[in-house]
Amino acid sequence: MINIVAIGGGIAGIEVSSLLSGLGYEVTLLEKNSELGGKLQNYDALFPNFRPASDIKEYIFNKCKNNGFDIQTNTEIIDIARKNGKFLIRAKNNETFRADAVVITTGFDFFDARKKEEYGYKIYENVLTSVDLEEKFKRKEKIRTANGKIPERIAFIHCVGSRDEKSGNHYCSKVCCITGVKQAIELSEQLPETEIYCFYMDLRMYGQGYEELYRSAQENYNIQFIRGRLSEASENMDESLLIKAEDTLSGRPLKMNVDLLILLVGMEPSAGTSCLGKSCKLEFDNSGFIKTKDPHTQRNYSTEKGIFLAGTCSSPMSVNDTIENARSAAMEIHNYFQAID
Amino acid sequence: MEKFGFAIRETRTIDFEQFDERLLEYVLSYEPSFRVCLSCGGCTATCSAGNLIDFNIRKMNLLIRRGETEGLEKEINKCMLCGKCVLVCPRGINIRNVIMLIKKGIVLFNTSGKSDQRYYCHA
Repeated sequence: MINIVAIGGGIAGIEVSSLLSGLGYEVTLLEKNSELGGKLQNYDALFPNFRPASDIKEYIFNKCKNNGFDIQTNTEIIDIARKNGKFLIRAKNNETFRADAVVITTGFDFFDARKKEEYGYKIYENVLTSVDLEEKFKRKEKIRTANGKIPERIAFIHCVGSRDEKSGNHYCSKVCCITGVKQAIELSEQLPETEIYCFYMDLRMYGQGYEELYRSAQENYNIQFIRGRLSEASENMDESLLIKAEDTLSGRPLKMNVDLLILLVGMEPSAGTSCLGKSCKLEFDNSGFIKTKDPHTQRNYSTEKGIFLAGTCSSPMSVNDTIENARSAAMEIHNYFQAID
Repeated sequence: MEKFGFAIRETRTIDFEQFDERLLEYVLSYEPSFRVCLSCGGCTATCSAGNLIDFNIRKMNLLIRRGETEGLEKEINKCMLCGKCVLVCPRGINIRNVIMLIKKGIVLFNTSGKSDQRYYCHA
């Protein structure tokens, strides 16, 4: 029997485990938290069609039930070593697991917006991140300013912790643009009288239905898109925020007061991704994500034999990209063992 | 005697607290397609007038969407209404109708009382 261990019980981990188990492998899925589901647990609705994130949760959780693979929660892995042609996987509680192949599905973390101090996150109360906003949506909270007022004007700031060498991340996180459009529409539906602005550098509507959603935001929700990066936010006496940017399309500086400022935070390799990658001497991209063996044809292979990658440990991905990437990982691992036999 | 000393210049900043929305709302109410402009500049590239004189229709439309209407009346008369911009617009905006509505709006709201051409001319 061939043993495979997947590390990280988010979308990618569950998808790859259920497929491999369906192909006849003995699979163990390890998760450091007490619950599976990863970041998906905190999402309310998914772009581009606003379907409830709980749909996808249900879909992957059914796979846990119906496919016989072993799940170990509260198991944080700190080290992967090779011993006699097998992998020895060691958890924080000193439990060890043996495997013939390992799939890393440790995913991403959100950029810590406090690092971008000039935007005032955790300094001014009316500055939120897209993650905070999504959680408010999920709790069905009414969106109000810190002192309970209905916001008259809200601005979204794109590329916070993405495409910004000053924040340490030079790459594009891919999904924040469309997340901003999605959340702007949701806000506008909840607060039809509120003016909503999005400050962007480029709008990267790469996926199916994304461009249409962007157009709908302009056409049906009157959301205004201003090309220019926020330089700084400062608080007024009434706790609203004065923001300054250049309107680069008219070539003039611009200022406005907003009641809420939403920072669209980017994706970084998670602490687990970096730590595990180092422990088994994987190569990393200059973005900090785990390097794939070939960016076109071997996206599920790490630079070490027998260690595979699925999901956002190798680059930023949307939910559907992650599902597809995990499926392709299962196929690649299956091919790998077929070739050995 | 010659004037000397310091003068206070008006700020160049677009200030959203001073936003004159009347003209924009008027144009949008009759030509809602104006909302979906991407500022791609296709209209400006093909513009018959803009190829010969200092006239940037993309920028003019953008400034209206920012509530900046100074000097607009003089600027808009540079358009010859040839309609080529409508043909190239990737978002299908009826730009010629936008221009006609701006012309009507200027009369209606008397918005370009000032003749400040700073933001429209490069000269």
